[in-house]
Amino acid sequence: MPGAFEGETVTRRRFMTGTVHGAGMLMTAGFVVPSVAFALGPVFQNVTLGWQTVGHPDDFPDDNYVPVVITTSPGIGEAGKSTVYMRRRDPAVDTQPLTQYNHWVAITSRCSHLGCSVLWVEASQHFICPCHGSVFDVEGVRTSGPAPRPLDRFYTRLQDGLVQVGPRYSVNTELRAFSPRDPGEPLDGIGQYAYPSRPTVRKLPGSV
Amino acid sequence: MSRTPTRRRGLKLPAPPLPPSLQPPPPPPGTQRRRPHTPLEHAAEAGKTVVDWVDERTSLSGAARWAMFRKVPRGTNWFYTLGSATMFAFLSQAVTGVFLAMYYRPDAAGGAYESVRYISTSVFLGNFVRGMHRWGATVMVVLIFLHMARTFLWGAYKYPRELNWVIGVVLLILTMVMGFTGYLLPFDERSYWATIVGVNINGTGPILGPYLSDFLRGGPEFNATTLSRFYAIHMLILPGAIAALIGAHLYLVMKLGTTAPPWLRATPKEPELVEETV
Repeated sequence: MPGAFEGETVTRRRFMTGTVHGAGMLMTAGFVVPSVAFALGPVFQNVTLGWQTVGHPDDFPDDNYVPVVITTSPGIGEAGKSTVYMRRRDPAVDTQPLTQYNHWVAITSRCSHLGCSVLWVEASQHFICPCHGSVFDVEGVRTSGPAPRPLDRFYTRLQDGLVQVGPRYSVNTELRAFSPRDPGEPLDGIGQYAYPSRPTVRKLPGSV
Repeated sequence: MSRTPTRRRGLKLPAPPLPPSLQPPPPPPGTQRRRPHTPLEHAAEAGKTVVDWVDERTSLSGAARWAMFRKVPRGTNWFYTLGSATMFAFLSQAVTGVFLAMYYRPDAAGGAYESVRYISTSVFLGNFVRGMHRWGATVMVVLIFLHMARTFLWGAYKYPRELNWVIGVVLLILTMVMGFTGYLLPFDERSYWATIVGVNINGTGPILGPYLSDFLRGGPEFNATTLSRFYAIHMLILPGAIAALIGAHLYLVMKLGTTAPPWLRATPKEPELVEETV
């Protein structure tokens, strides 16, 4: 745009308009950007669940599950607690390689369909979800119903002679370990890419 | 102070549709306007003075006439009130919600449930106001769908009203989010598990779903901030957005007018033949 004088490329009016608009946008961004980042912050913040002691090694047989209660979300009382089904690893059933984290098998009570509480039914040796009828076998692998993947598991370890339960991780149908996913998200095929792992929770290094 | 300021300016604004019997008779020629004598006349005069004072400084009367005294098509019927009914449902939600917020406490450690129980059992008319809010939510959703069905079946979404349909769909979605976030607030077993399941359904959207779940919960698990997050979305963010969009929705209705029912056929005027004699 030609200016008022020779060689002037921007008129004063245009320059002033641009300056005022720019300053206004800068000031608006000054409070909008931090506010949005403030609301989005938890999406990028890693939340690590500490290890919680759940019992003695003798408490858990290798042919049946024992329910224990852990806190998955501190500070909100009963609403932050969750049931975990535990048994000792049985090499005849659990064929995946032994690591420092799976001497005990800890399976969540949260259904992998939509998050209802599954029950371990000893008589049928299956986990059964009351909401939509998903059924899982003794390893937590789905045998019937709408659930898209096996039941999630927790890392376990022996610390000072006591069994501890650590963070949660998800498994696909071959029981390979993945970073924890929310219920409803499949992990077989392209599922692991369609439902990526999130910065808030990751699996521990060294798990398989 | 003129009785008909619009005529003075030469503007053709529609006048209130008063029947002739109610319209004041024009003063006989050559007479002064009668000054108010009775208290009633004084009160009426005072009211007019106040309205005129505001109107002289804002010109609101023109906008009010433009908004209210519109022509409606032949065949307009009770189905055309569904939109207003939805808006009144929203206003009822807004008013009862504001007063519920005086007693409600978004405390996930048990305070939320206790405060709702306190509203229901101890506060004067608490159960009634909470019931209005609770059932009003359902009424609003039902009315939205009836209003939407009316618009669809009448073909009232067609040119030039497509944008109003789009705004309406956004309002529908926001109302659904309202229902979803409000469902958690009583914080009993039902709302807790409904929210767990609802957030997980959100998460089943590919690629972005898991991140949306983390955003809604404020973390990887349901936690102490989830409730206050839902509360802020429910009572601060969404009502403002819905009110603003209702404003845009109504502006477009006033600007474009309503459509005639589909069973009324347009009757195009036959072109008149004018015989010219020379």
